[in-house]
Amino acid sequence: MKSRMAITALLAALIIFAGYAALFIAPDERTMHEVQRIFYFHLSAWVTSFTAFLLVFISNIAYLVTRRVKWDCLGVAAAEVGIAACSIGLITGPLWGRPVWGIWWTWDARLTTTFIMWLMYISYLLLRGLLEDAQRRALLSAIFGIFAFLDVPLVYVSNRLKDVRLQHPRPVILGGADSGLDPTMAKVLLVCVISLLGVMIPVLIDRYRLQILRHEVEELRFGLEMRSDDSRAGTIKATL
Amino acid sequence: MKNFEYLFAAWIIVWAVFFVYEISVASRIAKLRDEVERLKEQLREGS
Repeated sequence: MKSRMAITALLAALIIFAGYAALFIAPDERTMHEVQRIFYFHLSAWVTSFTAFLLVFISNIAYLVTRRVKWDCLGVAAAEVGIAACSIGLITGPLWGRPVWGIWWTWDARLTTTFIMWLMYISYLLLRGLLEDAQRRALLSAIFGIFAFLDVPLVYVSNRLKDVRLQHPRPVILGGADSGLDPTMAKVLLVCVISLLGVMIPVLIDRYRLQILRHEVEELRFGLEMRSDDSRAGTIKATL
Repeated sequence: MKNFEYLFAAWIIVWAVFFVYEISVASRIAKLRDEVERLKEQLREGS
């Protein structure tokens, strides 16, 4: 409990410092000015989201190889956390786009592939709700999760491809000779990425615990059902 | 500050999403813990 309090306090301090750095330490961008500071939260949300989806992919493969329930639970937990981070990216993007582009949304390569990625992982969770048998649910969602991950690299390269309709800017990091970030901006971005990833880890652990508990509840219910079936069979036998 | 409302909204949304999500996870965990205890009790009573 004490370590949990210490981690929470540390994360709160990191969040406050990241906010201060993004709003006051990072230099002003020449053309967009203050609104460009959304970039620090926006990109951090995408890093968090991609990390979570990579974890879903790894968990899904691990489940198919080992068939251990813990990998299925980790996959679900990471998918839900990834969706939360992806939703932040999808909300902060239009909030940045509106004052800069004059529009909230457009169906360009980056935005469309990102929206599809969000839908894919929502479907991953919905699919699980449709299947009652636990083993079948874990197996099918693992297969679906691996296919869903195919969109993640597509999102990454979508604004790096030539001859694609693009409203979203070209990459500023690892984007070739024309890309680059001011050193102070890069440091502030790193702090923001660490703070969001730092928040993601305890949330992910809690969500994983939740999934393990759900599994336990299913097993206990199954045990109770089996026992009531046995006692019913025993009563019938005695009557005969 | 021009367009400060967009920046402010983005900042609030980032932490609000995670905060609300964490609260929802914590409340679901508490409910499931109660249910696990209840089911274990039922199994004990039956054995």
